[in-house]
Amino acid sequence: MKKFETFSGVAVPFPGHNIDTDRIIPARFLKTIKRTGLGVNLFNDIRYNEDGSEKEDFVLNQPAYRKSEVLVAGDNFGCGSSREHAPWALTDFGIRCVISTSFADIFFNNSFKNGLLLIRVSAEQRDALLEDAARGENARISIDLENQKIVRPDGEEIPFDVDPFRKHCLLEGLDDIGITLQSGEKISDFEAKQKAAMPWMQGARV
Amino acid sequence: MMAEPKTLFDKIWDSHLVEEKDDGTCIIYIDRQIIHEITSAQAFDGLRETNRPVRVPDAHLLVADHNVPTKGRADGIENEESRIQIELLEKNAKEYGLPFIDFLDVRQGIVHVIGPEQGFTQPGLTLVCGDSHTATHGALGALAFGIGTSEVEHVLATQTLLQKQAQNMRITVNGELRPGVTAKDMILAIIGKIGTAGGTGCVIEYAGKAIEDMSVEGRMTVCNMTIEAGARAGLVAPDQKVFDYLAGRPMAPKGAAWEQAVAYWKTLISDPGAKYDIEVEMDAADIEPQASWGTSPEMVAPIGAVVPNPADIDDPAKRETVEGALKYMDLTAGQKMTEIYVDKVFIGSCTNSRIEDIRAAAAVAKGRKVADSVYAMVVPGSGLIKEQAEEEGLDQILIEAGFDWREPGCSMCLGMNGDMLQPGERSASTSNRNFQGRQGPGGRTHLVSPAMAAAAAVTGHLADVRELVDPQAAE
Repeated sequence: MKKFETFSGVAVPFPGHNIDTDRIIPARFLKTIKRTGLGVNLFNDIRYNEDGSEKEDFVLNQPAYRKSEVLVAGDNFGCGSSREHAPWALTDFGIRCVISTSFADIFFNNSFKNGLLLIRVSAEQRDALLEDAARGENARISIDLENQKIVRPDGEEIPFDVDPFRKHCLLEGLDDIGITLQSGEKISDFEAKQKAAMPWMQGARV
Repeated sequence: MMAEPKTLFDKIWDSHLVEEKDDGTCIIYIDRQIIHEITSAQAFDGLRETNRPVRVPDAHLLVADHNVPTKGRADGIENEESRIQIELLEKNAKEYGLPFIDFLDVRQGIVHVIGPEQGFTQPGLTLVCGDSHTATHGALGALAFGIGTSEVEHVLATQTLLQKQAQNMRITVNGELRPGVTAKDMILAIIGKIGTAGGTGCVIEYAGKAIEDMSVEGRMTVCNMTIEAGARAGLVAPDQKVFDYLAGRPMAPKGAAWEQAVAYWKTLISDPGAKYDIEVEMDAADIEPQASWGTSPEMVAPIGAVVPNPADIDDPAKRETVEGALKYMDLTAGQKMTEIYVDKVFIGSCTNSRIEDIRAAAAVAKGRKVADSVYAMVVPGSGLIKEQAEEEGLDQILIEAGFDWREPGCSMCLGMNGDMLQPGERSASTSNRNFQGRQGPGGRTHLVSPAMAAAAAVTGHLADVRELVDPQAAE
């Protein structure tokens, strides 16, 4: 995973609530066996017409937002299906950070494992950032994970909370399987104890 | 000193805790994982790239379900991408020596149907799958939740997950469901009440007489849609019904191990006085047959109601969301729910494709005909359910009524195998999500129970099944 570095970029306003992962990437694009290349189908059914041409009124098709790196979203973003194709599609498009009041649990986990930073802010802060984002290329937003702050175009800083372990993994670009395997001995001890006490729990062949 | 009373979730969590880090992040042991073709290819690639083995091969069960054709599958899979994905699942199973069920095997079916059916799902286990409806397995008292592909790889490599402990929420449904009202109506009513983010960050334990009275299959329907309320998992305390359900299943413990297991399973109840972060109580008798009208599972109403009017909503953001949903669904405020006409009816999915669901649909279909304007399909949840339904003659009742009787898989729940709605088409569906485009781009979905779906099929519109079949007589 690439290290997450401080950046400043165009933010796209995406105000609807409960944007589900089917909307982010419809199921028929889940036939891929790769993690890459899904950006072109991000928000596919609201982004393109039936003949494949772009819908002019869709925000990411507008010149100012074609290279957006931050997405400012409505409540409960990423609900529904557990498909990791949703963060894959967002990052493949170029989104590096999503800001909202709340996110669905599975989407939240999936995003951090792919270097996509999700930031929770208050409804007032989110609404202010939506207004910034509405100004398109004229309003770049900076994301500083190290110091846990969002910097608005006018210089105002919005501090945010982030889980220390997730922050560490993102900043260092760490693979958490490697980290967990450092506890391999403890996992083995657990397995030995469970096998002695509840032998039926471990595995069963079809 | 008395030990602190624990919830069922706390008990299962504590018994699987490997390590807790300073910031509260825990390494949790995962006993079982079910793996399907859509969310696993990239996980196995990850293992290969890092040269990591699968830690406990027998802890996994692989089966294809999302992408399989539901007609004529013995002739092979026409869609090349689907075929590659399904073949890759088998190749990965063989390469790593993992238990695998072939898609032509009679035991094949939807992951959340076959886990319990094979006895792979058991009380007190932690069980995961790269699919959000893994919550289903909580009906047997397993702590079960959906994960993404990176976590599928994490479980393959380490047999654990990194998590923080969720909060405890309890939903108590008191009293008895009225005749003609089902588990599906109950969970739709619950989501309508608490909202699509109502359970975020929680594990929901379902309790109360209406849950105790419910079959294990019905509890699966309730737990299945827990994710539509945003919760990580749903749980029901295992009881004699669950033990009877599991006894003799192929992967359930046998002999002395069975006795030992049941003795342990009986301890899996929340202690009196256990604390919940959130408590919700409902009266089962207040629940009517439900149907969704919008583009989120919280947008539901009793079948006797009318489509809501956005003008009645004060919160501007919510009003806008409802306006958008009605526009997408092509519905008018104040329109009677029973005056919504459908083009397709889908009976299936991990929510409602079990034998009692098919029986409920057949009871309505018997002696009736699918309306001329409707195409209706029934997709059993597994090959074994299909076989049982055929032994009971349910397939004949449904076929005679004009339903299409198909082979098991996820099918039109998510429309990725070619079973889908065309733009503008409207369905009555026993599945779990009415999101925009879920069943096909531009498709419009109304979530209902199997009996209500059959009622829509024969009348051509959403209908109160109690007006077609005397619910007292049906029981």
